[in-house]
Amino acid sequence: MTPWTKGGQPSLVPASGFTAWLVLFSATIMGFLVVLFLGLGLAAGGVADRWQRDLALSATLRFPADAPQSDLDLALEVLHQTEGVSEARQLFAQDVESLLRPWLGAEQLPRDTRLPQLIAITGTPDWSGVRWRLQGEVPSAVLDDHGQWRAPVVKAANRLREIALGSAVLVGLAAATIVALAAQAALAANAQVISVLRLIGARDGFIAALFVRRFAVRAFVGSAIGAACGAVAFALFDAGDTPLPVLGQATGFQGAAWAVPLIVPAAITLIAALTTILAARSILRESS
Amino acid sequence: MADAVEFREVAARFGDVELFSGVGLGLAPGSFHFLTGPSGAGKTTLINLCSGTIVPAAGKIEVFSIDLAGLDRNGRAALRRRIGVVHQEAGFLNHLSVAENVALPLRISGRLDAGGRRDVEDLLKWVGLSARAHARPPELSGGERQRAALARAVILSPDLILADEPTGNVDWEMSQRLLALLAELNRMGKTVLVATHDLALIRASRQVLTDRPARVLRLAAGTLTLAGSDL
Repeated sequence: MTPWTKGGQPSLVPASGFTAWLVLFSATIMGFLVVLFLGLGLAAGGVADRWQRDLALSATLRFPADAPQSDLDLALEVLHQTEGVSEARQLFAQDVESLLRPWLGAEQLPRDTRLPQLIAITGTPDWSGVRWRLQGEVPSAVLDDHGQWRAPVVKAANRLREIALGSAVLVGLAAATIVALAAQAALAANAQVISVLRLIGARDGFIAALFVRRFAVRAFVGSAIGAACGAVAFALFDAGDTPLPVLGQATGFQGAAWAVPLIVPAAITLIAALTTILAARSILRESS
Repeated sequence: MADAVEFREVAARFGDVELFSGVGLGLAPGSFHFLTGPSGAGKTTLINLCSGTIVPAAGKIEVFSIDLAGLDRNGRAALRRRIGVVHQEAGFLNHLSVAENVALPLRISGRLDAGGRRDVEDLLKWVGLSARAHARPPELSGGERQRAALARAVILSPDLILADEPTGNVDWEMSQRLLALLAELNRMGKTVLVATHDLALIRASRQVLTDRPARVLRLAAGTLTLAGSDL
């Protein structure tokens, strides 16, 4: 019988059972949540960017209900001559009614309703220049570049992104706390191992590395499982009929963003390693 | 040649109690010393001071001409690899085999290769534990544990061996065997310091240390004196 453990050198730290499972389980949940929050953050960011971009491409020119058609024709002529305007189209009564239908219902509007006359503009002109020129040539026209309600909507989407990313950071901090507690418990439970290793001349770095390796491996395995589950959940969310159509149109992971679920386990492993190093250094310093 | 261990005006405390002060000591390279004295006199503390495990309350300690006060924690760890220490309650990693425990110093030094394993097996044969190499430490008797601890202490061929009550938990026959092993190490040129309250062991050393009798140091009432070899 050989006195040596087969298949490489045995770990100098005995298996710790409960602590091992605690770190593995926590890392799995953390990996899942971080991927979920980062996905939502990216989705919210995508929504904000798209609204910003799409709404910046369009504007509405509004005329009083009794404005003469000649004012609209003149405005159309000005717009067609303006650089950056790709389309300028007058909206007639039935177009305006169809725009209002989602808000006012399918019933026909009363005949005496005085609806404004509208021109829909698309393109990327200098909107302030357009506004200045129309004020000079068609004073009855009012240009609405959607800025009044675009800003708060985009701000809300950006705030959602910040909350999601902030939540991911908080989950990371929670992961660090759990690993620190588990590492401290493991170091305390292995005081005898540390004492023996010190007696024979092991450096603090050598002793700390035994625990760092153990916790880093557990954190990596757990967070990789969690991140994979999070990525699958997002993929299913994208593929299905989402209850949040706005988010569904701007999925969190697209193209290079799919690297995020791969980065998350590495980041959580790094956090676990650094946290264990700090905990080990602190305990080894105190016990020397 | 400089002493392997040198104390100058060393004081040590245990909590608020002063164990000794103004202690001077010089262990010449290749010498064999016994350290005796009543329980609580500070024998273990003196051994731990020699190994750099604890620091003195006052005074200066040099080991291999290295001032221990100038060493940081890593420096003390490196020094400990040049010192073999055997304690009464030998600490082992109970989930490893005896051979793997003896090989620990090689492992932390990054020298546990095929040659290192052969050295461990040779050493276990030397201390008479070949048949127990695969056993776990809790399965060993007191004497076997002490011999395994001695094997681990000398695996890196240290120049200084410190043994704190190495025969405290073993019968007379086994204590003679351990003494013979320590004497053999001394004949190889190792400096040996054995803390013990066992006067019979000290007397018996005359039979095995015939070339150069061991010197006996007595630590009592806070002072260290040379007791001679007439105990």
